[in-house]
Amino acid sequence: MSRVVMDEIKQEVESHPVLIYMKGTKEAPQCGFSAASVQVLGSYGVPFKDVNILVDQEKWAAVKTFSQWPTIPQIYIGGKFIGGCDILREMHARGEIAPLIEQAIAAKR
Amino acid sequence: MITTDDIRSRILGALPGAAVEVRDMTGTSDHYEVRVVAREFEGKSLIERHRLVYAAFTDVMGGALHALSLRTLTPGE
Repeated sequence: MSRVVMDEIKQEVESHPVLIYMKGTKEAPQCGFSAASVQVLGSYGVPFKDVNILVDQEKWAAVKTFSQWPTIPQIYIGGKFIGGCDILREMHARGEIAPLIEQAIAAKR
Repeated sequence: MITTDDIRSRILGALPGAAVEVRDMTGTSDHYEVRVVAREFEGKSLIERHRLVYAAFTDVMGGALHALSLRTLTPGE
C-alpha cells in the first residue's frame, strides 16, 4: 500500500470537519448503511464531505488500514474516527454527535 | 455462506459467556444484525466494543459476510 494514499486520507480527514468514506455518493448511495449514515449527517444541516471508495480500490483498502476498521461507511468528525453506521446512529440517538460537529466546525473558523 | 449459528459461535469464541442474538436481515445469509451483551464491553468505547466483535470475522468480512450490524451492551446497560 502506497504512502501517498495514506497521506491523502490523513489530509482529507484533517481538512474536513465532517467526512464520510462511503459506497457511492451523498446523492446516490450504493449501500443501505452508507445511505443511512448520509441521512444522519444530513440531519445536522452542515456541509460534509463524501468520498466514494467504490471508484478507488486502493483508497478502499487504505481506509480500512488507516482506521483499523473492517467496514465501510466510516465517519470522521474533527479529524477523529467516529465509527461506522451503527455507532453513528447510536451516538446520534444519544445526542453525542451535535457537540462534536459544532466543535469541529468552530475549530476550522 | 454464513449461518446464524456460525455468527453466534464465532462471537462466543471471542467473548465467552456473552448473550448473543442474531437476525438475518435480508434472508440471504450475508447481512446480519447482532445484539451482543458481554462483560468484556465494560469500560470500553463503542469503537473498542465493535472491534472486539469484528475480530471474530476478519477472514470473512467483506467476503461471505457483507454486513454485520452491531448493538453492543454490557450486562448493566
